[in-house]
Amino acid sequence: MTRTRSEDRRGYFFVLPTVIVLVVVAVYPMILAAWISLRRVVIVFHEDHFVGLSNYAFLVRDPRFWTALGNTTYFTVVAVIIELLLGLGFALLLHTSFRGQKLFRAAILIPWAIPTVVSAKMWSWIWNPEYGLISRTLPNSDINWLGMPGYAMHAAILVDVWKTTPFVALLLFAGLETIPTVLYKAAAVDGASSWRTFFFITLPLLRPTLVVVLVFRTLDAFRIFDAVYVLTGGGPANTTETLSIYAYKMLMRSGDFGYGSTLAVATFLCVMAISAIYIRMLGMPSRSQRS
Amino acid sequence: MTSRSPLARAGLMLAVFAAMSFCVGPFVFQAITSLTPDRDIARTGLPSTLTLDHYASALAGRPFMHVVQNSIVVSSVVTVVSLAIAAPAAFAIVKLRVRGKRLLLAAALAISMFPPIATVSPLYLALRRAGLLDSLLGLTIPYTTFALPLALWILTGFFQDIPDDLYLAARIDGCSMFSAFRKVLLPLAMPGIATAAILTFIFAYNEFLYALTFLSSPDKRTIPVAISLFAGEHTEPWGDIAAASIISTLPLVVVAVTFQRKIVRALTAGAVKG
Repeated sequence: MTRTRSEDRRGYFFVLPTVIVLVVVAVYPMILAAWISLRRVVIVFHEDHFVGLSNYAFLVRDPRFWTALGNTTYFTVVAVIIELLLGLGFALLLHTSFRGQKLFRAAILIPWAIPTVVSAKMWSWIWNPEYGLISRTLPNSDINWLGMPGYAMHAAILVDVWKTTPFVALLLFAGLETIPTVLYKAAAVDGASSWRTFFFITLPLLRPTLVVVLVFRTLDAFRIFDAVYVLTGGGPANTTETLSIYAYKMLMRSGDFGYGSTLAVATFLCVMAISAIYIRMLGMPSRSQRS
Repeated sequence: MTSRSPLARAGLMLAVFAAMSFCVGPFVFQAITSLTPDRDIARTGLPSTLTLDHYASALAGRPFMHVVQNSIVVSSVVTVVSLAIAAPAAFAIVKLRVRGKRLLLAAALAISMFPPIATVSPLYLALRRAGLLDSLLGLTIPYTTFALPLALWILTGFFQDIPDDLYLAARIDGCSMFSAFRKVLLPLAMPGIATAAILTFIFAYNEFLYALTFLSSPDKRTIPVAISLFAGEHTEPWGDIAAASIISTLPLVVVAVTFQRKIVRALTAGAVKG
């Protein structure tokens, strides 16, 4: 490949618009959010002045923040574990040949294609305490799924599991497809049981894909807003209030942009911390360039 | 894989049936509700007769078709703009020697993973200052934060599948860098661009937080906002909500099922290429 220097430089013109847009709509606003979090900003009172770290001082003593952090962590851990296990099961089914395989592949895309808000509304109808499917099929239970602390969080987790397990399954299925079939043939010749084959061939070779899925799902679940907001609005008694929901309420309902931004920045820092922990534990995700 | 014991076969079919019901069941139940008369919804939940009343009221009584139109406009604009910006960048990243291309891809990925709430307050203030709050056009600006990285990653994957030789041949035949991109690479990448367009559109169509925050008047709402705020006079109109949900999601489901191979390939490419 013989390319001149000036030509290489012209290559940057192709990349420049993307860089500019990403800086303007994402990087710069993020820096600005950090700046606003150091101020007291209440739009309706035309208040806007520098307050240093006092929002952060308030944050660490704000029990509602710690509750939201706990809720978000619980939601993320439980949802991601279930999604990975169930998704792996689905992926193995996708990887097996049987009649109706095509139909199954189509069916699995349905939850993925349905907007999160629509699926949350759908589930809140299923859980409706008076007429919903659940209260009708379990006539003796008078559990108000979305109205009782403890139940509502798990109802929200189920919505997330329903919506995102197909995506997990498809990624893991793609990972399964990359495992050479020769290995399975060799294992069969050696008389290995299907359990041994699964634990000594499938799982180790699927590890890179599992890591990518784990990282992506964790970061995605941690920023959860729409599904829970539509399902419960953060209630009952803030038991399902996640960090994004708390920050949203502080910004848009209370109009406290300073402290709302502090909460948003805290959420962002949590996501950074999770990424750092993963990178330390698992190495860089292998979602890198093939070139 | 053809010789399975009857027991294993029964187990497999059971597992497939359970998985299918889990995925499709709620959607089917929603479709049934959308056809159930209100009196049955209040009594048994199951329809004694089928009715199209809920569809009629979604299409006529409330401005729901206007909402659908808003969503289509916003999603289309975001899709076209993101692809127009991302396509040349993806081409340069794959076929040209551009320093820092890995960094750009990593940054795009990181941006697509950050919590959108983190940029809500500055974007709100900026849009307010620019007079773009409560405007569909204004909404497309924050949407590029997730649409552009998505388009960039998908297109990068597709440009990688086009052999370098084709680009070099075009250059040797006297094409400039730009015309090689426009006349040779871009037409070849069309299937990939179409897939990227479908995915970007779906992601924009689904977005909720920005739409909820940056739009306020009812006639500007997008589908997720309208459905989340769907309110009746006394009780929640579950039949109407179901009908509106089906109207707004059926097209997506049809597209997803029709193009499932391409969509799955685009979604999974980055995760397994390694």
